[in-house]
Amino acid sequence: MPTLLLWTAVAALGCSHEPGRGERTLLNVSFDATRELYEQIDAAFESQWLAKTGERVTVEQSHGGSGKQARAVLAGLEADVVTLALARDIDVLHSKGNLLPADWQGRLPDRSCPYSSTVVFVVRHGNPRGIRDWGDLARPGISVITPNPKTSGGARWNYLAAWGWALQTSGGDAGKARAFVAALYHNVPVLDSGSRGAATTFGQRGIGDVLIAWESEALRLRSELGARAVDIVLPSVSILAEPPVAVVDRYADAHGNHALAEAYLRYLYTPDAQEIIARNFYRPVDPAVLARHADVFPKLRLFTVDERFGGWASAQKTHFSEGGTFDQIYQAHP
Amino acid sequence: MTSGEARLAPRAGVLPGFGLALGFTVLYLSLIVLLPLAALLIKASSLSWREMLATVSGPRALAAFRLSFGASAMGATINAALGSVVAWVLARYRFPGKRAFDALIDLPFALPTAVAGIALTAVYAPTGWAGSHLARLGVQVAFTPIGVVVALTFVGLPFVVRTVEPVLAKLDPQLEEAAAVLGAGRLHTLRRVVFPAVLPALSTGFALAFARALGEYGSIVFISGNLPLRTEIIPVLIVDRLEQYDYAGATAIAAVMLVASFGVLVVVNVLQGRMSRRGGAV
Repeated sequence: MPTLLLWTAVAALGCSHEPGRGERTLLNVSFDATRELYEQIDAAFESQWLAKTGERVTVEQSHGGSGKQARAVLAGLEADVVTLALARDIDVLHSKGNLLPADWQGRLPDRSCPYSSTVVFVVRHGNPRGIRDWGDLARPGISVITPNPKTSGGARWNYLAAWGWALQTSGGDAGKARAFVAALYHNVPVLDSGSRGAATTFGQRGIGDVLIAWESEALRLRSELGARAVDIVLPSVSILAEPPVAVVDRYADAHGNHALAEAYLRYLYTPDAQEIIARNFYRPVDPAVLARHADVFPKLRLFTVDERFGGWASAQKTHFSEGGTFDQIYQAHP
Repeated sequence: MTSGEARLAPRAGVLPGFGLALGFTVLYLSLIVLLPLAALLIKASSLSWREMLATVSGPRALAAFRLSFGASAMGATINAALGSVVAWVLARYRFPGKRAFDALIDLPFALPTAVAGIALTAVYAPTGWAGSHLARLGVQVAFTPIGVVVALTFVGLPFVVRTVEPVLAKLDPQLEEAAAVLGAGRLHTLRRVVFPAVLPALSTGFALAFARALGEYGSIVFISGNLPLRTEIIPVLIVDRLEQYDYAGATAIAAVMLVASFGVLVVVNVLQGRMSRRGGAV
């Protein structure tokens, strides 16, 4: 009984909406770097839904590290939809919690990725260290800022992008790729726990010659610091970062929100939402909207995790599990 | 306490309610402390001994255990030494601004540790105002184990000051005067009269600061740089395991941490009990 009381108190502290008004709420559990994006998407969706159905809905957002958010949902944070940084964090909702079916990624267009990003470099204005491509990051004396791939989902894309470039330039030689990535991480003086932390280290703290970041974060950083502070350098080839979205069937059904949740995610594919997505520095999946913003999102040669690493499960196991390549490069270079 | 059966019975007091109070204490401790700990141990026990040993004896885990315990002990030692001086000043002297100074001591209790971490990193980073001067001397604080010690000293400061200060305040200056009259030098008085009196409180302060430091996460992730084998602390390793959805591995590391910290606290408590029996007569 005391625990029940406690939970009620905690729940009362956590939620501030008033259910008395007959207003439905939808909980979107997302990752760190989408806070601004979904603030705008939610407002647009709410007014669009009101105009279409006459029903007033409220979309609530929760943000945090992608893996942490997935664990919270597994532990009972009743998300109607999840919009996370990598497919693996939604896969576990199936494999560890059976909260949605295994084929969740096929239920929406474009493998459930309404937007994408890629990994680019942010350098000091004027690019004083002459950083042009991945190879430059492993040069002695270059200081590279990237978060810890063990604790940050976003940083895993950075790591795999570097590895993928090295595989490509060495003709698929895994030993050479490992040596390159080891040299690169040897140049990293601080491994922040998350992407925003790394951006702070580079932007506010002034540490490092180059920040490896998602294009969306790089563009945001440049718009915050001003174009006179930092430049963005596009590598010759990079990774296609695909943050997917999904309805969490178990919770959405329990809340009677399944149709609403699906409509919300489908809304992300509409031209209106795609425009908001582009303005928040994510690459829209709609080619017409992408073409309109071609000056912000130049064409790049991109590979996917599936093509180069055989999917997230295998990439995770090879590179980021206990004793994986990330552990190995640190044990070789203590 | 003269006989065995007297040990469980309450001492005759003016206020009744021993049974109720004890019942409440047991329930309260069980709900707040034992329940989560039990959950932790149950989760960890899904691993075999061999898997558990492998989890906690890898090179990264060992390095992190060394740093966590080493830096915590160092931070607590610094606090024991310098915190005692602060407590002495607060207990014995009156000076302008003492109130503000006094309030400042508690700040590390109240400040979110992430804020402390960000502030300390800003100051001690090679580009920060203290860090840039230190860098010229060839000393780097942020993103090295030194930074970890600095942050742990910061979070542990109030524990020593707040446990030692009341004891010093209660200590009768006449004792020191008597020692002086009897011919003891200043250092001798400090060592043989003052020090034994505050030792139990000091060791409590040390143990609290140490325990607090072991569990610290928020400030360390910012100042340590989280470099594997060099500046990773145990809580970071636990988060790393959780990121891999390896709940059993995370709880195994946590359980080892728990047992080790509990052991340290028990040892300190036993030592302290001995010391207060010997020196408590003062």
